[in-house]
Amino acid sequence: MKRERRLLVPVVLTLAAVFLLVAPFGFKPYGIFILSMWAVMTIAAIGLNLTLGYAGQVSLAQAAFVGIGAYVTAYLTTKGWPFWTTYLFGGAACFAIGWLLGYPALRVQHHYLAFVTLAFNTLIYLIFRNEEWLTGGIYGISNVPRPSVLGWSMNGPREFYYFCLAHLALISLAAWWLIRSPWGRAFVAVRENPMRALSLGVDTRRYTLMAFALGAGLGGVSGALYAPLVQFVDPTPFALGLSLNLLLMVVVGGSGYFFGPFLGAMVAVLLPEWLRFTEGFYLMGYALLVIVLMVFCPSGLIGLADRLFKPAARKAAETAAVQSEAAR
Amino acid sequence: MSTVLAVRDLKKSFGGIVAVDGVSFDVGEGEILGIIGPNGSGKSTLFNCILGQLAPSGGDVRLDGRKVTGMRPCDLNRLGVSRTFQLLQVFPQLTVRDNLILAGQEHKGTMLSRLIGRRDAGLSAPADRMLAFFRLGHLADVEAGGLSYGQQKLLDAAMAFMAGPRLALLDEPAGGVNLTMLASLRDRLKAINAEQGATFVVIEHNMEFVMALCHRILVLAEGRIIAQGDPAQVRRDPKVIEAYLGH
Repeated sequence: MKRERRLLVPVVLTLAAVFLLVAPFGFKPYGIFILSMWAVMTIAAIGLNLTLGYAGQVSLAQAAFVGIGAYVTAYLTTKGWPFWTTYLFGGAACFAIGWLLGYPALRVQHHYLAFVTLAFNTLIYLIFRNEEWLTGGIYGISNVPRPSVLGWSMNGPREFYYFCLAHLALISLAAWWLIRSPWGRAFVAVRENPMRALSLGVDTRRYTLMAFALGAGLGGVSGALYAPLVQFVDPTPFALGLSLNLLLMVVVGGSGYFFGPFLGAMVAVLLPEWLRFTEGFYLMGYALLVIVLMVFCPSGLIGLADRLFKPAARKAAETAAVQSEAAR
Repeated sequence: MSTVLAVRDLKKSFGGIVAVDGVSFDVGEGEILGIIGPNGSGKSTLFNCILGQLAPSGGDVRLDGRKVTGMRPCDLNRLGVSRTFQLLQVFPQLTVRDNLILAGQEHKGTMLSRLIGRRDAGLSAPADRMLAFFRLGHLADVEAGGLSYGQQKLLDAAMAFMAGPRLALLDEPAGGVNLTMLASLRDRLKAINAEQGATFVVIEHNMEFVMALCHRILVLAEGRIIAQGDPAQVRRDPKVIEAYLGH
């Protein structure tokens, strides 16, 4: 039984990887586009999961960072800059702005912080919409080119899908490394008990700022892929709605769990498409599903899986603790 | 015996209420100093002012002669000053071993080495030694939230010693701990004091525990020191009896 459980995660991961690799051959271009969008949104959600799920800092500004990354890439690539420069530039700009946005988080927490970040998102949205000389206003920036890798063009939907998937894979590995490093431990400490963390030498100020900056940087990277994926940017997608949607992805998937954002982005990006057969009812069905999930499993889909597959492990730990107490 | 901690004329008031009213004392190297006093006498506030969690209204705090008043708790901790809180504070969602590694990791390397270096910052073995020392070895991989109250209290104390502090300030380490575990905790603390030469300041209500552990005791009432001396002297002091029993 124990061995079966240990095998479960690698088996599920392998199946998921195989599915993601062969999927484009079974889908029409629109399906491939949606799957690419899932990969891009997962990257932004991984970022928000670092900030919110691990370090416990509420942010309703993730859409602003996706937007900044997208606009930087769109603006510079249409001006003839090479994609990789704009990609790094967009990510770095978001990292720096995210660091600055972290400062309010040192003073305010929870719903107050939510409002600070919400205001920031609105501010950025207004800049996108009103600063026409830079952003093209409501007409946005069109004909964003897709990059090529070592002379191999990523123009086709399938090629660009693999391009996004490769980014997702690399970023997932980096995030996996980060949360298992002492940084990940310090993030959790800042989330669970900042005062105790501080008394153990954890520089909570530096880690909080880092959590914001890294989350924002991944938002920027996600945007840098969004622009060439859609090949058009305008202000509307980066309004508060997307920030709430990204928050939904993190919470529905399982906030503070590594695989949470992957599932959450599936629910938020793919599920509405799969429910389209219900026509006018699909959004209602979707909303209902989310409500039911949140009521019965507030720790999200990963938390649900945890409850289904790990009750035995938890019970064993509790028994060990009780027994050792009794032995005294 | 050189002075590790020197507190001079420390004051803290909240609005009109004076919680700490001009407290001065020294703690020598290797000493175990107890601080007792009735509830509300300013013991925990005194700790919080010494440790930078609260900004004192006046006076200063020196560590090895160096002024550390108002320094951030994390910087002070990295200078070798650790603490426990009155209410139990472990990280319930981290395993017992990870709680200890966290307590030591910020003392090793740089931000960069903590990112790209080893996951346990090379602290697994020291953490396991510390767990064995506090007799928690069998619980290393359990989430701290799953431990009993007494076990969490031991873990809390173990975390304070993980980085090998020169000075540890313990706020009611015996609170809520059962009798058998209390004896074990006292032995552990005495052993750390003897083996590592660590200096302790201990706030405690459990008189038996304080008298058996401490070399010297300070008695606080209404924010002032009303008596000090070795355990036997303090026990006989009429001012102490009055402060505890009332008029």
